Amino acid sequence: MGAEQILQYIFAGITVGSIYAFVAIGYNIIYNTTGIINFAQGEFVMLGGMTAYSLSGFIPLFPAIILAVLITAAIGGVIENVFIRRMRKTSVFGMIVITIGLSILLREAALYIWDEQIRALPFFTGSEISSVNILGARISPQVLWVLGVTAVIVAGLYLFLKFTLTGQAMRACSENSRAAKLCGIRTDRMVNLSFMLSAGIGALGGCVLSPLTQTHYGMGTDLAIKGFTVAILGGLGNPIAAVAAGLLLGLIESFSISILPMAYKDVISVIILLIILIVKPSGIFGSRQAASLKDF
Amino acid sequence: MKKFLAILLIAGLISSISLVGCKSEKGTIKIGAILAVTGGASFLGAPEARTAEMVVEEINAGGGINGKQIELIIKDSAANPEKAISFAKQLIEEDNVAAIIGPSTSGETMQIKDICESYKVPLVSCAAAEAIVNPVAKYVFKTPQKDSYVAKWIFKTMNSLGIKKIAVIAANTGFGNAGKGQLEKYASEFGIEIAIAETYDKAATDLTALLTKVNSKEVDAVVNWSIVPAQSIVAKNMKQLGMDEALFQSHGFGNIKYVEAAGKAAEGIIFPAGRLLVAEKLPDSHPQKKNLAAYKTAYESKYNEDVSAFGGHAYDAIMLVIEALKKSGSSERDDIRDALESISGFAGTGGVFSFSSSDHNGLGMDSLEILTVRNGQFDFLNK
Repeated sequence: MGAEQILQYIFAGITVGSIYAFVAIGYNIIYNTTGIINFAQGEFVMLGGMTAYSLSGFIPLFPAIILAVLITAAIGGVIENVFIRRMRKTSVFGMIVITIGLSILLREAALYIWDEQIRALPFFTGSEISSVNILGARISPQVLWVLGVTAVIVAGLYLFLKFTLTGQAMRACSENSRAAKLCGIRTDRMVNLSFMLSAGIGALGGCVLSPLTQTHYGMGTDLAIKGFTVAILGGLGNPIAAVAAGLLLGLIESFSISILPMAYKDVISVIILLIILIVKPSGIFGSRQAASLKDF
Repeated sequence: MKKFLAILLIAGLISSISLVGCKSEKGTIKIGAILAVTGGASFLGAPEARTAEMVVEEINAGGGINGKQIELIIKDSAANPEKAISFAKQLIEEDNVAAIIGPSTSGETMQIKDICESYKVPLVSCAAAEAIVNPVAKYVFKTPQKDSYVAKWIFKTMNSLGIKKIAVIAANTGFGNAGKGQLEKYASEFGIEIAIAETYDKAATDLTALLTKVNSKEVDAVVNWSIVPAQSIVAKNMKQLGMDEALFQSHGFGNIKYVEAAGKAAEGIIFPAGRLLVAEKLPDSHPQKKNLAAYKTAYESKYNEDVSAFGGHAYDAIMLVIEALKKSGSSERDDIRDALESISGFAGTGGVFSFSSSDHNGLGMDSLEILTVRNGQFDFLNK
């Protein structure tokens, strides 16, 4: 394999990895405040892409994306308010099952509102056929957009959770919800905020990814599985680790394709995931002590 | 309260039983349809279900067949073979249908083939794989063109374009695997070398890595065989990698939405397909022109979306069953089967059907045209 080709496989890995990473970030936010895995995360991605596509028929692309993110965030908030909050007495596992039900509900609603056809937002820069040439290897400008937006979100999340009062309150909820409540933190608001944030970020992902992955009503499930794998691989609760793990999994898959038939891609990534989880059950970047305090 | 609910429930059950009783009276002919309206193959099943509904509505408005109204019972299998099996049994045993159209996918059809054989129920499948009618099963027919014809057309076109060395990529579905098999079977016959053959996940969102591998084999052309949205992704990824090799697709590409999703990257894609997609470009003298135009106008004005080849397969399936009903003047399963087998020169959307006891597809090589994408539209490759 020439250097140029190795670089091309790296780019291919980064492309796929950035898709995984974006979905995985959303899992971590809700997990951090509630301890539950929201399996409807993939549907937020789908809703974002679909809504932006429909809106872009009436208004320019970027306002359409912003509006789609706000609408999806609002849907996330309503979902928390209607379903999650009223089930508070349910166990963590019960809540996870509820999110699976929600994912089916959102998917069927999307099929009803839109249809079964695929849609794709236009490329933000250039078009379907343009690519950036770096040292002889090529990458779509949209991948650079995805990476850029991912970086901004991760940095923003880090600053938000570390330095703002609301962010610190959200983290307090995740450490110990009862203690946080005793300190005067409105935990239900924090949970609501985390759903809105997670839905909004998922929707933004759906818009930035749409030119690459295309959007249709059933895309959420497959994205959710890969995103979940990545979130576990990185260590639940850490958005930066999710991005690193996403890119890592993308690169592993890409190089496995270079040697073996592509049909074995998922087998290889699952084997690697299992090895990592056996050696380090809390994920590559996760802390063993922190993981032992969680229900899940 | 509980007692009241129980009474209500029982009352509901009784009334539904009596409703069923009404329906099975002599006035209607029941036709079952197992279609993947939702799920991974909804690109096929949804337009198929809409088409079947539209046709039956029209027929019933025009007084029905043999003086009887048609009752269409659509079951959504979501492309799941297990569901297709249980729906097939339900349609045959409980609903007592005269014939079944569908399923949408090859995998499902293969699963219910034996059921229809043993219950002696005519099945007109909307799925493509050749194995459905080869070897011939007495009660099983299908409307889409055989995939061996598609493979042969692709190779013929390659011969005329001077293409010798190719890559084959296919989705890991029944349709994809069957197509890959046909391409591998006939390649040597046309003097074409398959340098690499790979399958990818049907939910793939990016194929850059696979295409990088393909690119390293220095092929003249790439053939992609799938029905999934990856058909657009392949086209985009190839252009992004700067690959200028010709891209061939299967007849699964016959949906204008895939062209829209691939945008500029779709230009120049070559694929064999039925004439429905280029109906308005056909000369008026063509035997299919009238039917194609009629279906296209009716569907597009009713549902406000472009026709796809898949809706056309369901149109052919239901029209063939109706033709058989008319021909036999009976709604007995065996009479319908015999009438189906004797249909000849029936112009549908997929081609001109002529069934025989050894051919339950009824279409020839000439049912396909080589199409391409020009300025975002389907067009003949050679004008």
